[in-house]
Amino acid sequence: MSISAPRGLASSGQKPITEILHPLSAAEEPLSPGPDVTVSGGRDKEVGLTNGTPVETPSPASASVLFNRLHLDDDLDPDTRDPYADTETHDLFVTVDDPKKHVSTMETYITYRVSTKTSRIEFDLPEYSVRRRYQDFDWLRTKLEDSQPTHLIPPLPEKFVMKGVVDRFSEEFVETRMKALDKFLKRIADHPVLSFNPHLNAFLSAKDLNKRQGLALLTKVGESVKSVAGGYKLRVRPPEFCALGEYLDTFNQKLGTIDRIAQRILKEQSEYLTELREYGTVYASWAGSEEELQRPLEGMAGCVTTCCGALEDMSENMSQDFLPVLREYILYIESMKNVLRKRDQSQAEYEGRLEAAVLRKQEDRTPIPAEVEKCQDKMECFNADLKADWERWQSNKRQDFKQLLTGMADKNVTYYEKCQAAWESLITVLQDKQTEDKTSCKSLWEIQQ
Amino acid sequence: MADDGREESLGTDDDSDQTGADGSLNNTMVEEGSTLMRRMEICVAEAEKRSGKNAVSMQETYTVYLIETRPMDAVAEGRNPAPDCLWRRYSEFELLRNYLIVTYPYIVVPPLPEKRAEFVWHKLSADNMDPDFVERRRVGLENFLLRVASHPVLSNDKILYYFLTEEHGWKEAVYETGFQAKADSRLRALSATFRVRNPDKCFMEMKHYSDELQSHTSQLLRARAMLRCEAYCLYLCAHPCIHCSEWSAIEKEMGDGLQSAGHHMDAYAASIDDILEEEEHYADQLKEYLFYAEALRAVCRKHELTQFELEMASQDLISKKQQREELATGIVRTFSLKGMTNKLFGQEAPEQREARLKLLEDLIAEGEETVKEKTIERAEHVEKAWVDIQRFKEQKDKDLREALINYAVMQISMCKKGIQVWSNAKECFLKM
Repeated sequence: MSISAPRGLASSGQKPITEILHPLSAAEEPLSPGPDVTVSGGRDKEVGLTNGTPVETPSPASASVLFNRLHLDDDLDPDTRDPYADTETHDLFVTVDDPKKHVSTMETYITYRVSTKTSRIEFDLPEYSVRRRYQDFDWLRTKLEDSQPTHLIPPLPEKFVMKGVVDRFSEEFVETRMKALDKFLKRIADHPVLSFNPHLNAFLSAKDLNKRQGLALLTKVGESVKSVAGGYKLRVRPPEFCALGEYLDTFNQKLGTIDRIAQRILKEQSEYLTELREYGTVYASWAGSEEELQRPLEGMAGCVTTCCGALEDMSENMSQDFLPVLREYILYIESMKNVLRKRDQSQAEYEGRLEAAVLRKQEDRTPIPAEVEKCQDKMECFNADLKADWERWQSNKRQDFKQLLTGMADKNVTYYEKCQAAWESLITVLQDKQTEDKTSCKSLWEIQQ
Repeated sequence: MADDGREESLGTDDDSDQTGADGSLNNTMVEEGSTLMRRMEICVAEAEKRSGKNAVSMQETYTVYLIETRPMDAVAEGRNPAPDCLWRRYSEFELLRNYLIVTYPYIVVPPLPEKRAEFVWHKLSADNMDPDFVERRRVGLENFLLRVASHPVLSNDKILYYFLTEEHGWKEAVYETGFQAKADSRLRALSATFRVRNPDKCFMEMKHYSDELQSHTSQLLRARAMLRCEAYCLYLCAHPCIHCSEWSAIEKEMGDGLQSAGHHMDAYAASIDDILEEEEHYADQLKEYLFYAEALRAVCRKHELTQFELEMASQDLISKKQQREELATGIVRTFSLKGMTNKLFGQEAPEQREARLKLLEDLIAEGEETVKEKTIERAEHVEKAWVDIQRFKEQKDKDLREALINYAVMQISMCKKGIQVWSNAKECFLKM
């Protein structure tokens, strides 16, 4: 890809990153641990790293991206791995568990324990354990979106639930939500750029999330976002992003269909279960009026009951594992579309300004202002980030669905195996009596002889 | 009555393999001394639509069934002569059965397949002209014939023989037996049920059992129909994976895996119809015993009737004897109009008394004959019916047990299919 790098950028890893002045970076950027990046200058950066200190201006953590990309372009070493490849060094582990209900005079809510284990130097301690509620996760996500607008931020489980329709404190609901929150954090922790975001750090480590600063930041963000919009219209989207946009639309559609079908299946399964139970009880009551057939009929009733149990297990799996993943991806698509739109805007802005500048240059030979180049960089960072995240998302998606579908296949196989075993044992019960009959008949006949 | 011959039953064991399509015929077809079964191979081979004018000269379409018969010894010898055949329609089977019920009221007469499709879960299969329904009815009619032909008592009936061999003139023969006149009026039977005083306890238990059997089999059939409805929806409302093939079109890496998994699912969904069709056979077996319960109850009701008639006759005899005593001794034990008028208007002349006494004596003699007859009738019915009820019980236990086994076998094969499909699908997913 063509990056018209600002003249200050070196083309290889000779200059430490701190000396490379990126036109867009206001605060120092955290380093992403690419395998070939020299971290010699890293230690100096510690000063600039925030541990609860808000970032002044939203800036894409793109310097490192650019740096690595350049590195790749120049360095034809086949061993060079894409920093976004799956085998990244995992040195940040987070878990969400242990939901607890808190009752206060004003409200009732649930908190979750967020545990962190890390060897990263950006963190003061190797381990943390804090309690967070949904609001806090929401805060984190908003901060991430604002501070890293060029990246795909994973979605949160839905915020609003209709009181009276869904019980916010039911075990099932809390369990499902907790799993989704866990997934959310894990995805961020695995992201090479997002995981270094200072807000994440604060979220994971601070005793008390200082949200007031966040509010102030929010208003600043609002202004700057507006300044970016500026009423520029996009003319042509580059092909790879066109493909992305189309894919998003179609995928959204497919997911919607699959989600609806899955819901319907669940409903049918529960109705089937009710009917099946009824079916079993009829056999049991029939057994009551029979003599010879009592055991066989009771056997049937028992068998049907076993199948009911097996079906119940499978339905549970569907609703607890399959549906939430579908839900997550549906939510993902919305945020992805947003990011794509913002990317389009930055491209539109750049093209708009460039056009204006070129025209002016033609008129009175005014050189193209640095602003335009700023826009270009911004756009290109955006493109690079988005592309990288997009590939990462694709790869994650593939993993997720592969796991999901194989899991579902396993559960189905288990269901059928359980049922098969039940019916097979019933047959032995049914056939036993027959052989009993035959032997008793035979001996009777022998006696008659 | 049936002769006892164990060797014969062993011989006739082989009959079962040439019987009709459904396995139910292998059960208890072979009775000792089932003379007709031993002599003939019977099957209902085909069904055909016909049009004609009915009794009220209206055009109608109906189905006829082809009955084929072959002498057993020819089959046993390996010769394959052309079968004798004739066509009968359902109403003729009904006539035959009604004849048998009236003529043998102590026999639990095998039932016919249902006239109209009931317990349907799918509106479409309620049509009598539906080929699946016709086919199942064909099988049911064959089953009926085989059961009747292997019954120790029924198989000897001449009318049955003519039914199988004389296409024309059979109806006249049936009517000539005058069985319709012998049929008990419904009202009489119902009245007996309510008014009988001392019905045999065993028969009452049997009657109660027949109610239970009927209720349970019909409950089961209803529950099954609901289940089938649900199962159909479940499988065919497109499991998420069936949409895999569509989804695969937009995926680059996952595409192949999804698509091949989708194919497996599609094939599975297509095979569901066959599986559900097989299950229908189980329903047919249940239905047979649902209707059998009715036949059993009919035998019990007949007992109530004979018992009731005996009671009535005895009661009548007693009252007549009492009247005689009164007349003879002049002592009026019970209130009677005659007694009253005698008191009021004076006694009657001795000649009149003599005449009345003579009349009474005749009536009493008649009454005693009647009581004797009814006692015999009742006793015979009890004896014969009890034998057949035992036979029926054994047959029912064996048949239903086998039906359950077949059902379980079918479930197992369904499970195996399910396992196979999902294992295949998993293979495809792993390759994604």
